[in-house]
Amino acid sequence: MSVLNNLIGGLSLGSVYAIIALGYTMVYGIAKMLNFAHGDVIMIGGYMCFCAMQYLGLPPVVGILIAMVVCTVLGVLIESLAYRPLRGAPSLAVLITAIGVSYYLQNAALLIWSSNPKSFTSVVALEPIQLAAGRLTVTGEAIVTIIAAVVIMTALTIFTSRTKMGKAMRAVSEDRGAAQLMGININRTISMTFAIGAALAAIAGVLYCSAYPTLSPTTGSLPGIKAFTAAVFGGIGSIPGAMLGGILLGIIEIFSNAYISTQLSDAIVFAVLIIVLLIKPTGLLGKKIREKV
Amino acid sequence: MNGKMVNAPSRGIIPERDADKSLALETIHLGISFGGLKAVDDFNLTLGRTEIGGLIGPNGAGKTTVFNLLTNVYAPTEGTIIVDGKDTRGLKTFQVNRLGIARTFQNIRLFNNMSVMDNVLVGLHHEMDYGFPKALLRLPGFYKSERIAKKRAMEYLSLFNMQDMAEHKAGSLPYGAQRRLEIVRALATNPTILLLDEPAAGMNPSETAELMENIRKIRDTFQICIFLIEHDMSFVMGLCEGIAVMNFGRIIAKGTPEEIKSNPQVIEAYLGREKGK
Amino acid sequence: MKKLSKNTVYNLSTYGIVIVAYLIVQGIVLAGGLSNQIRGQLVPICVYISLAISLNLVSGVSGELSLGHAGFMSVGAFSGVIVAAALRDSGMGGVPILIISMIVGGVISGIAGLIIGIPVLRLRGDYLAIVTLAFGEIIKNIINNLYVAVDARGLHFSMTSADGFNLSEGGRVVINGPMGATGITKLASFTMGVVLIIFTLFVVLGTINSRHGRAIMAARDNRIAADSVGISVTRCKLLAFTVAAVLAGMAGALYAMNYSTVAAKKFDFNTSILILVFVVLGGMGNIRGSIIAAAILTLLPELLRSVADYRMLVYAIVLILVMLARNSTVLKNYINNVVNGIVSRIKAPFSGRNGGKGGASE
Repeated sequence: MSVLNNLIGGLSLGSVYAIIALGYTMVYGIAKMLNFAHGDVIMIGGYMCFCAMQYLGLPPVVGILIAMVVCTVLGVLIESLAYRPLRGAPSLAVLITAIGVSYYLQNAALLIWSSNPKSFTSVVALEPIQLAAGRLTVTGEAIVTIIAAVVIMTALTIFTSRTKMGKAMRAVSEDRGAAQLMGININRTISMTFAIGAALAAIAGVLYCSAYPTLSPTTGSLPGIKAFTAAVFGGIGSIPGAMLGGILLGIIEIFSNAYISTQLSDAIVFAVLIIVLLIKPTGLLGKKIREKV
Repeated sequence: MNGKMVNAPSRGIIPERDADKSLALETIHLGISFGGLKAVDDFNLTLGRTEIGGLIGPNGAGKTTVFNLLTNVYAPTEGTIIVDGKDTRGLKTFQVNRLGIARTFQNIRLFNNMSVMDNVLVGLHHEMDYGFPKALLRLPGFYKSERIAKKRAMEYLSLFNMQDMAEHKAGSLPYGAQRRLEIVRALATNPTILLLDEPAAGMNPSETAELMENIRKIRDTFQICIFLIEHDMSFVMGLCEGIAVMNFGRIIAKGTPEEIKSNPQVIEAYLGREKGK
Repeated sequence: MKKLSKNTVYNLSTYGIVIVAYLIVQGIVLAGGLSNQIRGQLVPICVYISLAISLNLVSGVSGELSLGHAGFMSVGAFSGVIVAAALRDSGMGGVPILIISMIVGGVISGIAGLIIGIPVLRLRGDYLAIVTLAFGEIIKNIINNLYVAVDARGLHFSMTSADGFNLSEGGRVVINGPMGATGITKLASFTMGVVLIIFTLFVVLGTINSRHGRAIMAARDNRIAADSVGISVTRCKLLAFTVAAVLAGMAGALYAMNYSTVAAKKFDFNTSILILVFVVLGGMGNIRGSIIAAAILTLLPELLRSVADYRMLVYAIVLILVMLARNSTVLKNYINNVVNGIVSRIKAPFSGRNGGKGGASE
């Protein structure tokens, strides 16, 4: 039964990674940039929800909504102030700017909330469910996280394939110049992508903090890096790839924690990533690009 | 391999001066398919030691793909390439170059951020013999080797009167000079076969005429085989001793310029079939 | 007199700048003109300068984004510490021990670079970047679980704990898992730091101005063209990667020897990023730029101490603004307009008085 318990734990953690990875992968696919500040938006989302619940006494659902709204605004703001002026600049310049934004968010959080970790109250009120005569425990957080990931994934798939904005996103991701000639507003499409990515980060932040209830200005870094890894693992730019990568990464992490070594679990996760990339250099579901000679 | 007999190499188009020499290049049933589509099929060709050969055909006929196969940028799915008597199967592109094939590219590929001189020196990489430790310690052998290489590079540049541009950035050169620099860089690798992919593209008639002269001069000076793709018919007809015509991935005709000019299949490929015929 | 080439002049003046800066700083130190805080930063500044130079070889000259440079620093730091601990009772002087530790640190880090580089360099672009990041994290994770002790019988290694070593008398634990290396004899000095910078410059500039360096740059500018002229792209990139790893290892060894304790978590992703920031701000492939950016940005947080809590925030804003100002055409135009506007406004009253263009209609 412990295998099943771990599997559920892995699915749950993996779902959080998947939700964050979706933000990375969409921004990468459409704006062609690695948004390193994405992890810190998670942290801001966590703090927002925390403040709403702790200081304003609002119910968790409202807390989540506030976190989503604030993060969405933040995401759009970051894009238009820091990244938009750099459109067409070398990708490394954009990367370093993103790192600057990441430093900025972390240090702003440090000033506002100090470095003392806050203990986060879970937003999920469900009691853990005992199955198989108590040998299998499923926490409320796990259930909610997994359901949230599935819902988000489905919604995003429908959004990108059915709606006008979603199609515009795919067009921009495929060929920015051609999309522009077809009358698609590039800036608005990219803003929209950042808005969605940031809103997802807020949800992920709240869910992550519910499962691991300590909140500090650097809370977002590690899940950020892991989710980035997950996005590459699945094939960066691919929405199903991010989902698959996130969930696999979560499962590998929990299993290596349980059966191999707690201390080395990060190393194992990264080692698996390296092996996958060596076998399939563009990730699990990534497109193979052939350079024209 | 299918059981088909190889077409006897048409020695007729190899110039007499190569008569008793081994072939520079031979392809046998060469082919590649991309996901079921045969981009090049049953491509048989021979080139003599000092021949200037031409490869012509409508757009999309597979000419550049042939160059990519010859240099192992794409691994052939069928057939054999023999360079200077050696099978190139399984070699990497850089190893094929070491075996004696150098090329230029249809869409120019220079080392844009490096100087003209450095572009040529990269071509001379293997002519210099110092190892990495020697380079770091700046032993006398390093300076000697560098000095000789720079002198050689200047000689190569002088083929096209480009000595004055040696310190310019390659990416900042005018278009025609970039094309010429690509040829110089390829020559610097001391090839037995030089592949030129549309060398006259974008040039005006006087530049084209000059290029024809220079290509002949290169062949005469270095005694190498030159194989080129070009759309400018007067260029090809005036320069090449043997011509192969491709359409839909296959060779539809081979021969001397005169034979090609009067070949009905070639005329059809270029002008289309007349109705009712 | 023989005319020196442009490259030679550039290289010599780069060495000149470093040496002059060293003499000036050393002079100020001897005159007691530096605060303890800044003096404490001298070795780290030297270390970061040489790290930035060596990373520039990978990212600027060879054109591959590496997010794991701190990993090599870490390998060098801990192997250096082990060597120094093993040699402590050998009766050798501090400087020879330091030099040997740095060399061993560099060699082991170089071996790690070679082993990592062979698989990594098959990948391209962002995928390569993430794998370097992954290796950096793996190295950190492994060293975090590494226990090393030294006694009369030699070195002891373990991946679980320091308890099982059964050390003989006088033996001691050198690396204690997550606690890192403790009880390091501080051997590093500012002078040694400058020597390291000069050595790093010597290797990197020497590489760039050789046939190997040209091949590396050719592979960066156009991979396919480099291939077509007989350059093995993979071998070139591997050379750049390994040389950079050796240099980072040496810098790491010196860095560790500047503190009494050092833990693996110091050499994490953030440190790799920090070094990359130096390289990008200094200009890709611009060695002198790397030196200046590393020096200024290492000092900046110290100089910003007056704004205490806000210093890292200011640092972040400066970083973003510099990137924007350097790369955004929109912002460049904007700045120009503002400057022109101010200039013309300042000029306007004068031009009116002088009967210039604006004043005629009044």
